[in-house]
Amino acid sequence: MTIEELEQLAISVRRDNAKFDYQVNVCMDLACASQGAGAIKEALDQAVAASGKNVLVRRTGCMGPCSHGPLVRVDPEKTLYRKLKSEHAEKIVGALGSKPVSELQCDLSEHFEGQVRVVLENAGYIDPSKIEDYIGRDGYKALLSMLTEMTPNGVIHRITESGLRGRGGGGYPTGLKWGTVAKAAGDTKFVVCNGDEGDPGAFMDRSVMEGDPHRVIEGMAIAGYAIGASKGYIYVRAEYPLAVSRLTAALRDARRVGLLGMNICNTTFNFDVEIRLGAGAFVCGEETALLASIEGRRGNPRTRPPYPASSGLWGKPTLINNVETYANIAPIIRNGGKWFHNMGSERSKGTKVFALTGKIANTGLVEVPMGISLKDIIEKIGGGVPGGHKLKAVQTGGPSGGCIPANMLDVGVSYDALLKMGSIMGSGGMIVMDDTSCMVNVARFFMEFCMTESCGKCVPCRAGTAQMHTLLTRIAEGHGSMEDLELLEDLCATVKEASLCGLGQTAPNPVLSTLKYFRAEYEEHIVHKRCPAGICKVSHVEEVTA
Amino acid sequence: MSPDSDVKTLTIDEREVSARAGQTVLDVARENEIPIPTLCHLEGLSDVGACRLCLVEIAGSPKLLPACVTTVQEGMQITTDSERLRKHRRTILEMLFAERNHVCSVCVANNHCELQSMAQSMGLTHIRLPYRNAAYDVDASHIRFTVDHNRCILCQRCIRVCAEIEGAHVWDIMNRGTNCLVITDLKDDWGASTCTSCGKCVEVCPTGALFNKARVGSPHPKKPEFLPYLNLMRNA
Repeated sequence: MTIEELEQLAISVRRDNAKFDYQVNVCMDLACASQGAGAIKEALDQAVAASGKNVLVRRTGCMGPCSHGPLVRVDPEKTLYRKLKSEHAEKIVGALGSKPVSELQCDLSEHFEGQVRVVLENAGYIDPSKIEDYIGRDGYKALLSMLTEMTPNGVIHRITESGLRGRGGGGYPTGLKWGTVAKAAGDTKFVVCNGDEGDPGAFMDRSVMEGDPHRVIEGMAIAGYAIGASKGYIYVRAEYPLAVSRLTAALRDARRVGLLGMNICNTTFNFDVEIRLGAGAFVCGEETALLASIEGRRGNPRTRPPYPASSGLWGKPTLINNVETYANIAPIIRNGGKWFHNMGSERSKGTKVFALTGKIANTGLVEVPMGISLKDIIEKIGGGVPGGHKLKAVQTGGPSGGCIPANMLDVGVSYDALLKMGSIMGSGGMIVMDDTSCMVNVARFFMEFCMTESCGKCVPCRAGTAQMHTLLTRIAEGHGSMEDLELLEDLCATVKEASLCGLGQTAPNPVLSTLKYFRAEYEEHIVHKRCPAGICKVSHVEEVTA
Repeated sequence: MSPDSDVKTLTIDEREVSARAGQTVLDVARENEIPIPTLCHLEGLSDVGACRLCLVEIAGSPKLLPACVTTVQEGMQITTDSERLRKHRRTILEMLFAERNHVCSVCVANNHCELQSMAQSMGLTHIRLPYRNAAYDVDASHIRFTVDHNRCILCQRCIRVCAEIEGAHVWDIMNRGTNCLVITDLKDDWGASTCTSCGKCVEVCPTGALFNKARVGSPHPKKPEFLPYLNLMRNA
């Protein structure tokens, strides 16, 4: 496909869409689909057919505020309906052209106003199973225009200029990584997309892969051109079957129209992507473990250096980025590095998608510019803590992150600010906790997660997390002593400094941060044998079973 | 100058030493008789950097790096012994002792155990951590050898020697975290596996996890020294 053909196709898609008086977009992402969005779409289809109105009913990816689902948005008015059932379909179709159905309507303007959508720009607007829908919204324009106008170095320069940093959690400058792989010696190189999203409470990457799969593929193809690779792998966890099927369909469609394969856009550039499934190990999100898993070996991390940039898949230079990082690439190529650079805070550019979960009104996905305060995300966009409870802390970065107390939430979101507070940006999970959450219990939960997900290769992570979990359980159950607390801190230091990979090195973070900000709660459990939040089953007598 | 003849100079514990490019910090330290504790490393096998006892401080790097897989660089300043390193090494040893059931007095490897002598050399007299007391299996199905998982420290030496030296790859690892087990074939009984009965894994095992049944009740020293010689002969 040439760029002219692509533009023609985009124009015809837009013209076809414009033929309809109304577009009824039904969110069919996992959260809405699990609440019957499929049946709602069918009912809407039937109601439209019966009414004789000129309406397009489209299934789309995630619209964001999942807790209000199933969601339907009617364009061009942008009327949003929440918590729909199939019996509402006739009412909604009947109301097209007159006043919207007020009892089903929801006003989330404050939720959407604070957001800036780059990664999620198509979410809720395209049918993820139709490549035409993506092309109609400037999809693959970046890839083809780049192939005809830019050199690989130019692409890397633009990415560097944008200031994009890795969205998987580490925040490594993307342009620098691309440049390193491009310079690495060797003819065969690989592009790998890390879609092994495993943090509890994180579903950003799933939504992108399910709702806008072509965006990831386009980002990877651009990366392939920039570093000189002709083969890419998307590593998706098998727990995301919908993402896998959407990606599979997307790859097939992209090959069909010639946007993947040999001589793309009549140039010498060849690129294709293969999907590899994870088998349920969290540690496979660690890059060296992920590469081992793609190669068909046990997903164990190895020591770095050598970094994948010089020796990755089968010993070849390999570029490995996260789903959200690749999802940012096409807009940067389209709009320029400066455009992206102008968004965000000083050292963290662009936007970040967060998955808001826990004790918050608007559970779901939000995309905000970097630098926005955590308070704004929670109070304004997230709608605050429901039920009259008091906000206590926010956990970011999953099991590798930490808990930030409510009085520190004025800080703007950036890689460095979160690190300074003892947490990390992570891939974007954000768990909101109120006064009914016990911080000792939270720490214990994450430690249990790390313990069961440790690959078992290095001693500090394997045995250390198990020890920490034992101590935390002891404290939570009221049998802990102040010496246990000291021992716990000792273990934190060793596990953090001596572990082989990121999983172990960051596993103590939930404990360290809760000890830093909520030490009184630990002491309450130990000294007064009391759980202030009433979560832990504290007993005065230790049961002896052995 | 070819890369092989490239010589690096560096300091280890304030001693100036020279090394060939590509050598590991551990190799160079041992050549110069600077002790660095190791459990998973064994001369003659590939390195995995799993036990984390050989961690050293390198000036300019905030992270501790494992000496067994870190290659020398010109001008490196390495510290192999410090309060911080000693503390981590002791804690790691304690973790190993508390993880499974290491009861030296009834162990076949008593007095010939690398874990035991490591603890002795570090002056480890007691364990602060709670013992996990988890029960692990014993597989005595092989006619000559037994694996007692209670004594296994998951150093992976058996796996490596079987795959890299014997070429049989009978041993591998299953499960995650503290549930990890070294297994023969796809967790078949050792006696029913494709094991060639060469006994190399028993000789390289640092503890009493793998032992020769015939040696129960008598001293059971392990002899992993055959490895460097074997490698030398193979490459000759």
